[in-house]
Amino acid sequence: MTDMLLTHYNYWVVMVLMMIGFYIVIAQGNLVKKLVGLNIFQTSVFILYISAGKVSGGSAPILDDAISVYSNPLPHVLILTAIVVGIATTALGLALIIRLREAYGSAEEKDIQEQNQC
Amino acid sequence: MLSHLPILQVILPLLAAPSCLILGRPALAWGFSFATSAAAMLISMLLLQQVWLEGPISYFLGGWEAPWGIEYCIDLLNAFLLLIVSSLSTVVLAGTRQSVAAEVEPNKQTLFYVSWLLCLAGLLGILATGDAFNVFVFLEVSSLSTYTLISLGRDRKALWASYQYLIVGTIGATFILIGIGLMYMMTGTLNMQDLAQRLPVVADTRTVFAAYAFVIVGVCLKLALFPLHLWLPNAYAYAPSAVTAFLAATATKVAVYLLIRFSFTVFGADFGAMDIPLHQLFIALGLIAVFSASLVAILQIDIKRAIAYSSVAQIGYMIIGLGLGSAAGLQATLLHLFNHALMKGALFMSLAAVALRMGSTRLDDLAGLSQRMPLTAMAFVLGGLSLIGVPLTVGFISKWYLVIATLEMGMWPVAVLILVGSLLAVMYIWRVVEVMYFRDPPASSQVSEAPVSVLLPLWLLVVANIYFGIDTALPVSVTADAAQALLGWGK
Amino acid sequence: MTMTTELLISLTILTPVLAVPGILLFGNKQNLREAVSLIAAAALTWLSVNLFQQLQAGTVLAAQWWELLPGLTIAFHVEPLGMMFALIASSLWFVTVVYAIGYMRGHNEQNQTRFYACFAVAIAAVMGVALAENLFTLFVFYEVLSLCTYPLVTHAGTDKAKHGGRVYLGILLSTSIAFFLPAMIITWMQSGTLSFTAGGVFEEGTSVVLLSVLLVLFAFGVGKAALMPFHRWLPSAMVAPTPVSALLHAVAVVKAGVFTVLKVVVFIFGIDAVQSLPVTQWLIYLACASILLASLVAMRQDNIKARLAYSTISQLGYITLGAFLASANGVLGSALHIAMHAAGKITLFFCAGAIYVAAHKTLVSELDGLGRKMPYTFAAFTIAALSIIGLPPTGGTWSKWTLMLGAVDSDQLFVLAVLALSSLLNIVYLLELPARAFLRAAPASESDQHGGEAPWPSLLALCVTALSCIVLFFTAGPIMQFLQGISLT
Repeated sequence: MTDMLLTHYNYWVVMVLMMIGFYIVIAQGNLVKKLVGLNIFQTSVFILYISAGKVSGGSAPILDDAISVYSNPLPHVLILTAIVVGIATTALGLALIIRLREAYGSAEEKDIQEQNQC
Repeated sequence: MLSHLPILQVILPLLAAPSCLILGRPALAWGFSFATSAAAMLISMLLLQQVWLEGPISYFLGGWEAPWGIEYCIDLLNAFLLLIVSSLSTVVLAGTRQSVAAEVEPNKQTLFYVSWLLCLAGLLGILATGDAFNVFVFLEVSSLSTYTLISLGRDRKALWASYQYLIVGTIGATFILIGIGLMYMMTGTLNMQDLAQRLPVVADTRTVFAAYAFVIVGVCLKLALFPLHLWLPNAYAYAPSAVTAFLAATATKVAVYLLIRFSFTVFGADFGAMDIPLHQLFIALGLIAVFSASLVAILQIDIKRAIAYSSVAQIGYMIIGLGLGSAAGLQATLLHLFNHALMKGALFMSLAAVALRMGSTRLDDLAGLSQRMPLTAMAFVLGGLSLIGVPLTVGFISKWYLVIATLEMGMWPVAVLILVGSLLAVMYIWRVVEVMYFRDPPASSQVSEAPVSVLLPLWLLVVANIYFGIDTALPVSVTADAAQALLGWGK
Repeated sequence: MTMTTELLISLTILTPVLAVPGILLFGNKQNLREAVSLIAAAALTWLSVNLFQQLQAGTVLAAQWWELLPGLTIAFHVEPLGMMFALIASSLWFVTVVYAIGYMRGHNEQNQTRFYACFAVAIAAVMGVALAENLFTLFVFYEVLSLCTYPLVTHAGTDKAKHGGRVYLGILLSTSIAFFLPAMIITWMQSGTLSFTAGGVFEEGTSVVLLSVLLVLFAFGVGKAALMPFHRWLPSAMVAPTPVSALLHAVAVVKAGVFTVLKVVVFIFGIDAVQSLPVTQWLIYLACASILLASLVAMRQDNIKARLAYSTISQLGYITLGAFLASANGVLGSALHIAMHAAGKITLFFCAGAIYVAAHKTLVSELDGLGRKMPYTFAAFTIAALSIIGLPPTGGTWSKWTLMLGAVDSDQLFVLAVLALSSLLNIVYLLELPARAFLRAAPASESDQHGGEAPWPSLLALCVTALSCIVLFFTAGPIMQFLQGISLT
């Protein structure tokens, strides 16, 4: 059991982060906080990718005659793209929140729902 | 030039989007977007023809061979869908100029067309690519631009709908990302065909199973399968009318494509059936979607919202076809993809025309529409009949294939429920027809028929609804071959 | 004759549709608009007669329009049963248009253009049903008929009309989608064809249970045949203007229903198969119940059109019954009754409309003494009633006679009793009207307020159809001979 915890610690970190993020998205009423939760959620997935690319004993993937084992660079490159996507999502989300606050006078889910009802 | 068609298809709208921004004036931007979309349509026609005659096309991006480089793989299935998406985008765009001018603030109209092109590029990209990670990237391109498009609606509720969709959509996309990551860990490849070959070796591991679950749930969020559909009605109801027509006709279709591609090509047709009763689950969820969404649609006072709920119901039909797991079921789903795009395009276009003239799509405001806007009203009725599945419309063809597919599997209760479900469609369509035709318009209303530029594409779609209900050769033969290929490829 | 048979058939179906643009074009010029309808009706009748002659001459009359899916075609084939139906519908269209001119103008109805346009489309659909080569074609036109008669039913646009229209379309569409369509699909999967074939399409040894289920699905799925308990739409549809009730709900729509049942029994199942199915006996009971119950309900209706509507349900029961008897005479009697009942019932509806236009009366109890003001109308009513009852010298005699023979052939002797009882009930509820009109004195309160008969076109029309009831008595021989050409095996 402890063995599994220790050898797969990166996955446990990912899972805990993911659940924290997910919980914030669901439980928080403030739109900005929701977005932050979403960010944490996404970040956990980035870590999943990055940690999976690490090869034990491998060095950074820069070609050198002295080194024979490299870490896998592909997940890192992929995640670079995903980070860009994540930033775009956050930016768009924040822009929407600004517009929502202008339109509703609040950035709380509860207030907006109430105004939508009537 | 011809050999580069697969990438041209995607890159054209992608490059056109920023150029559109430079043009500035909304009218120019519209013309440019229309031309781009039409060019994309032309390319997709050529592609379909090429695939039809010569078989699947593989295209290596930048000359890097798969599995190292990104491969674009066009077979019958995505060639068919590329044609659906690009042609629907073109037809809807043709009729949007006035509708956008009326519904979107002047300084945002150019941005509207930029987002449209980006969305189109994203959707075409998802369809064209043969690389799993590429799917995620294009999914986000189309999603982000979709959120923007929705938020441009007149009502402030559009902002809220867009925000909700952003949260749900991002969770869905991230789920897909997790699934792809897990697959990569197990196989070391992102190329779909490579994945298909390597996954069976490790299929028994829990990781692959988790990957499957994440991908399927993520895609189901995007395609608004019951009970993950809650974002859709609001998003469709409050988005600008043109956007609703575009999204309803294309976006969910692309999501269904993803579901088909992942579950049949990547994981293989047998994968899901092994440990969990996924097929039965799909059929059950599809049926619940049909009934619950149709019932809710009957109660709506805003017709745009009612038709949005009907989309959820129609997706239910597609999922039932998938759940059958047979070639006939798959073909029914593919046919309905095409047919549903036609009918929803026609219905939402006519509602766009109504919104343009009336400023509202509430049921009460449609009173006497048949006298004020006879052609628009007629188009709505014909689109509605197609949705119901009346013979000589495309809706009938889908229903025919779906019922036969269920009966072939011996699931006659499902067949009966499918048919009863279409009776619910009668109810929510006929409410509208009664109000449009048998209630007098308010005396004060000075509404006139929609402009020709809207009517022309609208009726093009209506005629397509009838034409492909009679001359079914093209969609039926393409889908039959595509379904066969999908089931053969996985093994 | 230079016209090819295919063109002739296509024209027969399309002629009414071709009239629609003309009708819409002359929407504001009444006379021209009605002239278009009349010309189209005359042309259609001429075309039908032409088809009839070619059929008599032994020509094979077939045409194919489209192939929707492999093996699933929109195609036409002329055979005696359908030919007879087409002839009835086309000739009665002409008469009805004449009648409608008087009625609609005498009554200042709104939206007359829409009325004539939808009417024409409905006739086209009936032609499609009559000449269909396969069940699928029939189904398509059957649905078109439901949809294009909906605006006719809700013509008045009142809440009552809308409600009637909802029930009408609701029952017809739901039965056809929930029963008819699956039955058709199962038939197709089972036998691989939907073509009407003499002796049926099912192979020997098809499961009896499956066939029984299919037969029941068809019997109820063809909602237009108004077999109880799916008859509610017919009384609801009576909110329509009388010419609509007359043609569509006494002739075209309901006859399309029973015609479909007859076609299915004879050409999809084959009468031998139907006779051997255990479920047939229950369907016969159901048809008998339909006949008697509807008659009993009719007796209690004070509204003239409602009474006629229930009478129609009862009479449709005869035709369905004949089909399920599944003997040569049963089928013949059914086919004959389609014609005889059409002539009789359309006259009765014309009379009801004439009474409404001329005297503004809709209830049976208001008719006292009216016979002196409208002698022709009530004379026509009496003749038509006799035909429905089945007494000489009217056409209805022969169809009832043949049906009874059919019952004897099938050893269903209790059916004889049902038919006799039904005739008695018919006498009570149909002859009450002329009896009141001729024999009772008018109430003192309304002496000579409204004078005379309905407008002349209406009167002419109803006299012609009444006369045809008598003519049919004397020409039944050749008709039966023609109908014996229906290939049963």
